[in-house]
Amino acid sequence: MLADSRPLPSIDAGPAISPLKPGGSITSEAAAGQWTLIRHRFFRNKVAAFAGCVILLLYLVGAFAEFLAPGLPNASRPQYTFAPPQRISFFAPTAGGGHEFLPHVKGYRIEIEPQALRRTFVIDENKVIPIGFFVDGPAYRLWGMIPMKTHLLGPLDSREPMYLLGSDRLGRDLLSRLIYGTRISMSIGLVGVAISLTLGVVFGAISGFYGGWVDTVIQRIIEIVSAMPTIPLWLGLAAAIPLTWSPLSVYFVVTLIVSLLGWTGLAREVRGRFFALRGEDFVTAARLDGSRERRIIFRHILPSLTSHILAVVTLAVPTMIVAETSLSFLGVGLKPPVVSWGVLLQDAQNVRSVATAPWLLIWPSLAVVTAVLSFNFFGDGLRDAADPYES
Amino acid sequence: MRDTMLSVRNLSLDFHLRTHILHAVRDVSFDLRRGKTLCLVGESGSGKSVTARALMRIIDKPGRLVGGQILLDGPDGVVDIAALPERGREILALRGGRIGLVFQEPMSSLSPVHTVGSQIMEAIRQHRKLSKKDARVRAADLLRQVEIPDPERMLDRYTFEFSGGMRQRAMIAMALACDPDILIADEPTTALDVTTQAEILDLIRRLQQERGMAMLLITHDMGVVAETADDVAVMRYGRIVENGPVDRIFHAPTHPYTRQLLDATMKLERGAAGSPATALFEAKAVEPVISVRGLTKSYGSVGKIFGFGSGNGGALKAVDNVDFDLYPGESLGIVGESGSGKTTLGRLVLRITEPTSGRITYRTAEGREIDVTDLNKAELRAYHRDVRLIFQDPFASLNPRMTVRQIIADPLLVSGKMTDQQAGEKVAELLKMVGLDPLAMERYPHAFSGGQRQRIGIARALALEPRVIIADEATSALDVSIRSQILDLLLSIRQRLGLSFLFISHDISVVRYFCDRVVVMHKGHIVETGDAETICTDPSAPYTRRLISSVPNPDPRNKRMLHRMRASS
Repeated sequence: MLADSRPLPSIDAGPAISPLKPGGSITSEAAAGQWTLIRHRFFRNKVAAFAGCVILLLYLVGAFAEFLAPGLPNASRPQYTFAPPQRISFFAPTAGGGHEFLPHVKGYRIEIEPQALRRTFVIDENKVIPIGFFVDGPAYRLWGMIPMKTHLLGPLDSREPMYLLGSDRLGRDLLSRLIYGTRISMSIGLVGVAISLTLGVVFGAISGFYGGWVDTVIQRIIEIVSAMPTIPLWLGLAAAIPLTWSPLSVYFVVTLIVSLLGWTGLAREVRGRFFALRGEDFVTAARLDGSRERRIIFRHILPSLTSHILAVVTLAVPTMIVAETSLSFLGVGLKPPVVSWGVLLQDAQNVRSVATAPWLLIWPSLAVVTAVLSFNFFGDGLRDAADPYES
Repeated sequence: MRDTMLSVRNLSLDFHLRTHILHAVRDVSFDLRRGKTLCLVGESGSGKSVTARALMRIIDKPGRLVGGQILLDGPDGVVDIAALPERGREILALRGGRIGLVFQEPMSSLSPVHTVGSQIMEAIRQHRKLSKKDARVRAADLLRQVEIPDPERMLDRYTFEFSGGMRQRAMIAMALACDPDILIADEPTTALDVTTQAEILDLIRRLQQERGMAMLLITHDMGVVAETADDVAVMRYGRIVENGPVDRIFHAPTHPYTRQLLDATMKLERGAAGSPATALFEAKAVEPVISVRGLTKSYGSVGKIFGFGSGNGGALKAVDNVDFDLYPGESLGIVGESGSGKTTLGRLVLRITEPTSGRITYRTAEGREIDVTDLNKAELRAYHRDVRLIFQDPFASLNPRMTVRQIIADPLLVSGKMTDQQAGEKVAELLKMVGLDPLAMERYPHAFSGGQRQRIGIARALALEPRVIIADEATSALDVSIRSQILDLLLSIRQRLGLSFLFISHDISVVRYFCDRVVVMHKGHIVETGDAETICTDPSAPYTRRLISSVPNPDPRNKRMLHRMRASS
């Protein structure tokens, strides 16, 4: 039986809520705009936030490559070919038999293999090379402009060898090359995506907004472009670049080639969103309010898309990075003296060098994998947070 | 065996949200008795659905049970469902076995890739050791019980081949598959038309009495409560504010909220608009503002492109040869069930959808007659300044990325007549007019409730000082107490500004409350046109009579639905 009802003493004014922690306050999002809501949602995804930090770090490395690298990327020292990576130690034995604080790396000595009579470098535990922060090293121009010679980390005597990640077949410092490569590889992604983005958003928006035969034509073009096998096409286009061109112009042409084939996915995404939004009530409302098409697109539809576009773009950057890496690896993309991760991997093409100097394969690949994974996690997080209004 | 099948004691549920903890259900207690129906009634967000889900322990993720008991009387003594492990064998045996559940949305609660039969058979075989053949026989028997014609053949049909009412019947058959002692129906008829609703409620009631089940019916509609309940519990903000036998709740409510809810419902049962009816307009020889002649919209008349189809005969006529006049200062209701073409009609008048044939004549303030069907884009924009639309969905119709001020000021700024500052002042004035605080204009729509958002939508519609407003189901997404507030707001605005309304709704009581004249639509045709009062009390067309008699009456002493007119098929 139902207990007979008794009038409650008070009428509730609203749903009962309490703060998450006793004594905490309830935050209001009433005046929070789209980006505040997206940020709140994004930072709840810890992996994505961490990936975002990694990406930021990679770009900082790229931006300050000259300062961060201990040496110059193309400074070769034939006397130290395939030198193995050194370890940093903090305490060095003193003459008196004790230990003192002295950051240093160990030097090299030559050993000759008895069978192959091949010269190899091994770490000589007795040679101490003191290292330090903000040391003077080889002179460079920061961003090609400011002449400087201070490096973040390096041997106190710049003539001593320091190969923290080992050296390649010409005795160049892999760490320095990796750092310089970060600049090229990470920026080629950005530049490539910028071109793809422009093409993708323009074609996608036209296709999605107007529909009809315009849409049909653009969609068929997209299908044709995406049906082309990418690697042979890249190879073909890249092979057409005249050999006399400077490395910089090759760099831009390679970017262009990669992005000319990469915009289709973005265009489709934008078109799909446009189609969905065109049918939304608030867009109909804007039309009934007397807005012209341009105003509807720029004021009502595009702001709803920007966060989605950002997410798609983030997911497109790794594709670009991988494309550049594979082209350069195959020898048709960027060429020395330009340094990119793909160019570095070119050195690890044959088994012999991988066997004698595995670090040439490990570190550049690790850089590519880290960058691609970070972008993917970051992009996934962004995509999940992109629409804070869906329930 | 005891009379009480299930008793809930001091049930509390919390939702841990990102910014705060929501106490969705607080100290709720009720009993379900054999052969009796308890209606849990409340507005959206009152915690009624989540209470029902807690009985089967299927609360969605951030929610958790924080206290109370759910005592189920069974052959092996009393079991406390609240204490059972969430994924244990016992709870699985209860779900569907002893407690059956019917959801609101028959489309999404049935799988579209399995046949109806296989879904029912699966439900049976989950709990009973039956061979496939026996299960099939039983499934056919269940379909027969829920009055689906030709059950043997219907078993092999897919859900998309069923109408909404048929799907809900199949859903009920599934819930009944293992002869549960308790049936929970969560808004089982909300997604259905009134005539279908009447049939389904009737069916549920009969099945429940035949089987002696205890039923928990969750609804927001006081009419449905009056027609079906034995006992009522009124919920608000997670608490049961009042409970008791249905007659006492309706005729001697004690809690102010119950009274408010009943008042809002009862108010709609009476007309409020007075009676400036047809005769009045014709007598004064006023010319109509909008007059529609022979308006037709047909879809899918692709002809014989692929050699299939039967030429023009295959086209679906959403609106078929419709004539009506809208007089200045009048509100004309357009009533019909889903698929009757009423929404299409509203969109045709605004030319959001292009008509296939027919004429729409609009008389401007200067008395010039213009033919809406051949306006060019610029002229259409001018027409849209005079004839405005209020949308059904208060969530989708406001751009979530703009502040309230930007939303309402948008039409003002687009027309280019106002500076930003003037527009700001106008927005403040409009917000005051629709009963909102002008200080709220810098907020985003997500900070407002459904009713408040609809007020914002109304303010936007009024911004350009229109002459005609088309309200497309403007109140159907709102709770009943909010609904009557919005209707009163529209009434006062209409009187103050002398607007004409084209009021499209499926809800007859709303139309009766708001409109002077009513057009009843069925399958694209106009069935009947007349004064609101006459249509609602003494309709002449058989379809209208069936429609009116299917509307649940919010008075348990006068159950209209039981004596309703049925389709003669």
